[in-house]
Amino acid sequence: MPAENRRQRITVEDVGDVAVVQFVDKKILDEQNIQMIGDDLFRLVDELGRRKLLLNFSNVDFMSSAALGKLIRLHQRMTQVGGKLVLCNISKDIMTVFTLTKLDKMLKIVKDEQTGLGSF
Amino acid sequence: MTDPRTAADLTVPSDLAEVRRVQDDIESALQAHRFGETDQFAVKLAVEEALVNAIKHGNQMDPAKCVRVWYCVVGDRFEIRITDEGPGFNPADLPDPTDDWNLEKPCGRGVLLIKSFMTSVDFVGRGNEILMSKVKSDPTE
Repeated sequence: MPAENRRQRITVEDVGDVAVVQFVDKKILDEQNIQMIGDDLFRLVDELGRRKLLLNFSNVDFMSSAALGKLIRLHQRMTQVGGKLVLCNISKDIMTVFTLTKLDKMLKIVKDEQTGLGSF
Repeated sequence: MTDPRTAADLTVPSDLAEVRRVQDDIESALQAHRFGETDQFAVKLAVEEALVNAIKHGNQMDPAKCVRVWYCVVGDRFEIRITDEGPGFNPADLPDPTDDWNLEKPCGRGVLLIKSFMTSVDFVGRGNEILMSKVKSDPTE
């Protein structure tokens, strides 16, 4: 489905050379939705050449393990191209998901956007 | 307004959109029984993972197959049983997703989260049925 024909699922703001991504949906759940979010994120890296991504989860209050797989693949891609992925503003409950799965060891997670911008 | 349903026995088509409807009903039941936000998150996550597993891996998204969902909330305890029509699986066969070698692999995280967030979890029968419970947390903790 062409990007212009479907609902926007992320917003991107450029802060210097960092692409700050906000999620539109409060729940990141079903596979089709996750696929589209993933497509948008990979487009930032592969087509637009962005190498510093800061994902701001302040709007997200629920996500499942299906979304974790997409984040891992994005992390792998960023590593391949010499870029950096940082996550911020993750709620206490969702942070538990990252901690239990030990993905907090693999992914760079910081408290807030300001800290994230300073971590590149 | 009718009381939120605190017990239900549903037959759900193998359609991921149906998961949302079941989740909404369960959320209403938990709120009616004053489960806290963190407990609601835990139950919703476990039910999401189990229902998606049942529809996707159990029933292979076959529209001719259904998932049976039974749940109830009694006092401080939520219980749910989810049964699919698939061949079942042995959870012991899943790789440990927290092992360094498996961190980047896609499988096993859902079951890990279910076991972590729920009070009790049992795989029943040939492994095509999961029985889970969540006891309300002490709000003073």
